[in-house]
Amino acid sequence: MKSLTFSQALNTGLRASMERDSKVVLMGEDIGKLGGVFRITDGLQKDFGQHRVIDTPLAESGIVGTAIGLAFRGYRPVVEIQFDGFVYPAFDQIVSQLAKMHFRSRGNVKLPVTIRIPFGGGIGSPEHHSESPEAYFAHTAGLRVVAPANPQDAYTMLQQAIADDDPVIFLEPKRRYHTRGEVDTELIPEPGSLYRAKVARSGKDLTLVAYGPLVKTALDAATAAEDEGIDIEVIDLRSLSPVDFATLNASVRKTGRLVITHEASRFGGLGAELAASITESCFDYLDHAPVRVTGFDIPYPPAKLESHHLPDLDRILDGVDRAMRRGGTSRGEEG
Amino acid sequence: MSPTFDSTADPGPDALLQIVGPDGTRHLCPELDPWVTDIDADALENLYIDMVSIRRLDAEGTALQRQGELGLWAPLLGQEAAQIGSGRALENDDFIFPSYREHGVAYCRGVAPSDLLRMWRGAAPSGWNPYEVNMANQQIVIGAQTLHAAGYAMGLRFDGSSAAAITYFGDGATSQGDVSEAMVFAASYQSPLVFFCQNNQWAISEPVARQTTGHIADRAAGFGLATWRVDGNDVIAVMAATRAALAHVRTGSGPAFIEALTYRMGAHTTADDPTRYRDALELEEWAAKDPLDRVAAHLDGLGSDMNALKVRADDAAEKLAAGLREAITSMPDPEVSDLFAHVYSHDHAGLDEQRDFHQRYLRSFESTAEATA
Repeated sequence: MKSLTFSQALNTGLRASMERDSKVVLMGEDIGKLGGVFRITDGLQKDFGQHRVIDTPLAESGIVGTAIGLAFRGYRPVVEIQFDGFVYPAFDQIVSQLAKMHFRSRGNVKLPVTIRIPFGGGIGSPEHHSESPEAYFAHTAGLRVVAPANPQDAYTMLQQAIADDDPVIFLEPKRRYHTRGEVDTELIPEPGSLYRAKVARSGKDLTLVAYGPLVKTALDAATAAEDEGIDIEVIDLRSLSPVDFATLNASVRKTGRLVITHEASRFGGLGAELAASITESCFDYLDHAPVRVTGFDIPYPPAKLESHHLPDLDRILDGVDRAMRRGGTSRGEEG
Repeated sequence: MSPTFDSTADPGPDALLQIVGPDGTRHLCPELDPWVTDIDADALENLYIDMVSIRRLDAEGTALQRQGELGLWAPLLGQEAAQIGSGRALENDDFIFPSYREHGVAYCRGVAPSDLLRMWRGAAPSGWNPYEVNMANQQIVIGAQTLHAAGYAMGLRFDGSSAAAITYFGDGATSQGDVSEAMVFAASYQSPLVFFCQNNQWAISEPVARQTTGHIADRAAGFGLATWRVDGNDVIAVMAATRAALAHVRTGSGPAFIEALTYRMGAHTTADDPTRYRDALELEEWAAKDPLDRVAAHLDGLGSDMNALKVRADDAAEKLAAGLREAITSMPDPEVSDLFAHVYSHDHAGLDEQRDFHQRYLRSFESTAEATA
């Protein structure tokens, strides 16, 4: 076991993947000498050379499009998008090209491209640096979407994503980059475990689903709720496409109550999909309608307002109270 | 062979590189001539047969669409020299990233008739296995394939391969950001990539003047690419320019750009009506520069037996057309399971659940049918 920060775990995971497979190449803006703006690729160009750790021109569509071409040629590119809000110039290459090439080519062309995106807010940045674009990608057939929440998963899931023959959107909760945790670098993950949810805390009264940056917030909320006599089960979703509904449904059938939280806007978000699917599967087990605690349907706000936008411990507990029929803020007339 | 040379032409700044003019006269072209010294009358006859064949292929595609056998077809009529001249300049291990109109290039690669038509019939999302013919599937998003070619060419360079990549696109695509980004990436990594622009003068209804006020090739020069601006209806000149560009990129001198000036004699696709936006006189003007007629005139001047050649060309074309018709009549419809196959390369719980559900749904009709039988 090693004590590593989230970002060190990612760096260690990248190094392990590059040592294991000479076809793994990293691409992105400023990832060479600088080591990336978050230093996730720190030292890798020095050790693996400029053809394995490739500083690219400043063009996101170009980065993803050429990664597709390299994958065509047998490479396994790992792309770094510098910030979540800068992924949109690459949207066509991700959604119409990367996602669809395997289907288009009738299985002949595999594109094992991993796209790393630091996502989410809470770091006091100007616009385009704090977004949560996961719903766009989870909605897109042909992509897989995952989000680790702790250093161990950062280390393990990144290597699993790179080893997958399908394109994977790998969302890194940037405000957790400095979180430290124990990482077992000898751990050999079970096949398929990349796409399984984990029960991060077991409980019997209510199922609280979170992913990425909000898993820690959800765990803190569960600890706080304990004092009020509410025993919350926290599920770390980990994979946003596919979603591990087996684990979610088993939990909800046990607790009868469901709260989903994410930073992304509510309308058409992951929470809506989870609520609808779980309700279809578990209707007879639910004691209350699923409750969503999410960011608002607004452009990401200026730093001095972001604490109102981001679900925090209190807003999550407010949602818990509603699901427990212990009060909580009314949804108003329409609610 | 004893070609007639006309060396009086003064190539001004707007001049095109040309070897055989519209009337079949061969000109001296010091820049291109060295690349086609092996193209004697026999070789030119074969290029002529190729062009007649793909013109027939194209006519068959349009006819099959009119008969309801294809959902859509994108005609190449008028662009035979651009596609055959470049397609026949490639080595087998060079990799092609086309748009959706390069039926003639696919023909050069030996793509089977059924695979040429499968996508247009709506029977599959694409035709052929790219790795069997070293040619990617059609790209419908304008210009997107140029970036794939730039990435593939980066890989060729990293691998130390002697092969090159080539990407085909039109004049309209040059306005797309992806095409500019592809030139930036190819130049930045000095990748062995040839950009082949078939400037066919029209992007559906928009003339090339809507895309650029200067020459397209000049824009490529601004990105640091070696450029050739060539008469795209002159099959020998296109072949020479493509060979020159390929030789340039293979030496590690960076990417190259060919602007081949040609004309889309037909519609954008079978769903288009060009009479709404272009002048019949323009069509006549370009008909006079026909890529097949000028080769026939040139070969006639060289003393080829034109009657025998036309019989050979028509035989080859008819055989190809018969193969296309046979491919359509024998092409099975896709299976419902093809909806779900290949979305992912391995299990995906969400999609697998939908596939299984749909299978049960379809089976419910079988049991109903059995019960009422």
